[in-house]
Amino acid sequence: MATFTVNGKSVTLDVDDDTPLLWALRDELRLTGTKFGCGIAQCGACTVMLDGAPVRSCQTQVGTLDGAEITTIEGLDGPEAEAVQNAWTKIDVPQCGWCQSGQVMAATALLKDTPKPSDADIDNAMWGNVCRCATYVRIRAAIHDAADTLEG
Amino acid sequence: MLKYLEPHSEPVVETLRIAKVSRRGFLGTTGAFALAAYAMPARAFDKYPTGAEGMPHGVVEDPLVFVSIDADGTVTLVAHRSEMGTGSRTSIPMVMADEMEADWNLVKIVQAPGDEPKYGNQDTDGSRSMRHHIQMARKIGGSVRTMLAQAAANEWGVDPATVTVEMHEVKGPAGQSAGFGDLAAAAMALPVPTHEEIAYKSEDQFRYIGKGEVQITDLRDITTGAAVYGGDVMLDGMKFAVVARPPVVGGKAASFDATEALAVPGVESVHEIPYGGLAQKFAPLGGIAVVASNTWAALKGRDALKIEWEAGEHGSYNSDAYMEEMIATSEQPGSLARDQGDLDAAFGDAARTFTRTYTQAHIAHIPMEPPAAIASYTAEGLEIWAPVQSPYTVRNDIAEAMALDPENVRVNVTLLGGGFGRKSKADFVTEAALLSREVGAPVRMQWTREDDVRHSFYHTTSAERIEVSLDAEDNVTGWLHRSVAPSILSTFAPDEGNVLPLEQGMGLNDVPFDIANIRCESGKALAHTRIGWFRAVSNIPHAWAIGSFVGELADELGKDQRTMWLELIGAPRQLDPQNSGLPDNFWNYGEPMAEFPIDTGKMAHVLNVAADGIGYGKDLPEGEGIGLAVHRSFVSYVACAAHVKIVDGRITVPEMHMAIDCGFCANPERVESQIQGAAVMGMSVALHSGITFENGAVVQSNFYDYDVVRSDNYPTVTTHIIPHPFSVHATGVGEPGVPPVAPAIANGLYAATGDRRRSLPMGVNV
Ligand code: FES
Ligand code: FES
Repeated sequence: MATFTVNGKSVTLDVDDDTPLLWALRDELRLTGTKFGCGIAQCGACTVMLDGAPVRSCQTQVGTLDGAEITTIEGLDGPEAEAVQNAWTKIDVPQCGWCQSGQVMAATALLKDTPKPSDADIDNAMWGNVCRCATYVRIRAAIHDAADTLEG
Repeated sequence: MLKYLEPHSEPVVETLRIAKVSRRGFLGTTGAFALAAYAMPARAFDKYPTGAEGMPHGVVEDPLVFVSIDADGTVTLVAHRSEMGTGSRTSIPMVMADEMEADWNLVKIVQAPGDEPKYGNQDTDGSRSMRHHIQMARKIGGSVRTMLAQAAANEWGVDPATVTVEMHEVKGPAGQSAGFGDLAAAAMALPVPTHEEIAYKSEDQFRYIGKGEVQITDLRDITTGAAVYGGDVMLDGMKFAVVARPPVVGGKAASFDATEALAVPGVESVHEIPYGGLAQKFAPLGGIAVVASNTWAALKGRDALKIEWEAGEHGSYNSDAYMEEMIATSEQPGSLARDQGDLDAAFGDAARTFTRTYTQAHIAHIPMEPPAAIASYTAEGLEIWAPVQSPYTVRNDIAEAMALDPENVRVNVTLLGGGFGRKSKADFVTEAALLSREVGAPVRMQWTREDDVRHSFYHTTSAERIEVSLDAEDNVTGWLHRSVAPSILSTFAPDEGNVLPLEQGMGLNDVPFDIANIRCESGKALAHTRIGWFRAVSNIPHAWAIGSFVGELADELGKDQRTMWLELIGAPRQLDPQNSGLPDNFWNYGEPMAEFPIDTGKMAHVLNVAADGIGYGKDLPEGEGIGLAVHRSFVSYVACAAHVKIVDGRITVPEMHMAIDCGFCANPERVESQIQGAAVMGMSVALHSGITFENGAVVQSNFYDYDVVRSDNYPTVTTHIIPHPFSVHATGVGEPGVPPVAPAIANGLYAATGDRRRSLPMGVNV
């Protein structure tokens, strides 16, 4: 039994401590914006913020989260997130869209860390986020666009 | 009901319908007036036949099925094709809206459930969404606009020819004005005009069509996590299920012990699912299902199952050894798929011959969203929410599997987190439905990535042998291509190892080369796993072989790749199916040859555009090279020019130019995104993606051993779309980008290093 916040709301979950946060979010809290792609930290589809830093929720056990602050795609906000989401729509990034919650999370985290990323910064930071539809070219363009917006 | 297997009747050409009588009690004099008013020329849109009419349930053009207009003017359009990333859920309604003069901001899109008698064919595959529905969408939009104008004319007592419709507003000659909502009820009660009665917009009047400025309807929802996919529907009391499936197709559990599984907290029940195998269409593989209160409990329960598997007859399938058998088969004559000229004479007279063999491993689609579906079985019937490409097929298959009346089965189509052919096969949906009936509650069936990699309907594996005869001047006088690959047919019926005409038509016997003597043959190969179709299907191995061979022949004859391609393609002409040694059942993607010919001029043109775009022939540093390939598939033409660069012992592809001729292009923005995606997926096929079998079971399991292209090595893709007016028929887009990519990369690798690779995947390291 762990108590933590999700998108600012306190939650207490009566699930096994080894339950991955991914399934707790999807099945128990019915926050389905966080996606499942591999279950083994290989694809990034399940990325959420834990105390402000991106983690793979498929590899984050609920039992370790007491007192933690979790932000999912549904609760993502702030200037970086807004710039990223706007750039994503402006540049028409998604195809099927399944990977994009994780991509938006990862891109937001990157811009918080590195406000003006180079191509290489972007490609390195996004390496763990697979897009089978292959929207990589547009993801890179959208991150640059978001960085420009933030710079004002 | 696989689309490729449906017998295609001759396309029906719509003939002029005179004074069509209303179905809706449309009365007397007004009717006569309306019909007269509808009699206008339709020069902006000459109707042409396509294979759409030959598809199961054809095309429905009834605006009352697809369009409704609220009193406030909101136009609701039905999307009847599945959205898996191509944009069809947006693009087809966009065409309707444009021809209707609806303001896109006032358009709402609703997704049709699986119901082909109502909506027409819904199999979202074969790169057909726009090819088969652009005419229908224009007809529906034009009908509604005409009916709105007529309703206004009736109300105002004016000649409808003086009424104009513009951006959701209908205007009369004396300054009258009405919104769509004001006229909706009257308009929708009017008879639907015929094609000839509609004054279609001319191309310069298009607002959305051809512009690429309309954003996909789910864009914002996708970026905020609100979009709903297969596993995202949440029902009260829902249970969560996973299945332990036999590692070998056709295998069974000889025995199992669920004691420990049932002891896992949250696990509620364990069920045995009936076993499938080959030739069972899309039936589940069977196995032991664990139903629990959440997915994690179900997964832990599955891990705790003790199962003794019995492999069955395919337990001896070893794909490496089988490849050797297929190569040996390719050394022998096969069954004829094309016989033009006198190949034996050409080889008899040849100064020399040149032969190469290419292979390709199985491929799994691995859409980013692994299969997942929700089923709710109650006394009233069965309701399903699922990411499926063919919802009506799903409905009928499940009704049959569960002995239900299809009328009592509803299949709601969610967004698909990628499909690529995998989600045409709904074994995972049937699993959910069977379990929901068993447990008496809604069930979510979740496949893990390992389940997906190991229990797919795999893209076929193949050996391709090409041999040419050359005369003393090095002219190519004969072309012999033998293809050996298990057929998709094996998934539908017990087969004898022969491929279908449709598989031959995908790049084998439609080879458009200007060679006098051409013979194409298929060798027998039995399937030992479920063979499905993966984006571009048989075009992948055929284009891989032909494109690589052209590169090798160029080198052999001391020519550059572009010259070699252009010589083989020859002068601009249309292949004459009557004089090309093609069989009567030659498959042109279901399209009439007269309307969708094989056009070598288009093929050469896209090749030149891609080659010029990348600067083919320019000087490059050591360890870099450019490869070219071009292929016609899904009646479109795509060329790829790939710049290969060796970096730290790895094959990288920093740049690609892709040129596509897909006829008239309704949504260039989505065409570009499809081609960018196809280029990178083609690169995954080239370098990474291979499924192998040992003792009948798939060796790979997840991204670490079945990898795809990631952000550390992908090309910037420049997409060149050859512009055409509407009169050049729209052709396929989703699939045809993939086939030329792998041979272009192989040719580029050879140009960079002299390393010639002939097996897919070729690996990323040099
Ligand atoms: S699902 Fe967590 S990284 Fe893939
Ligand atoms: S948009 Fe489909 S997986 Fe990324």
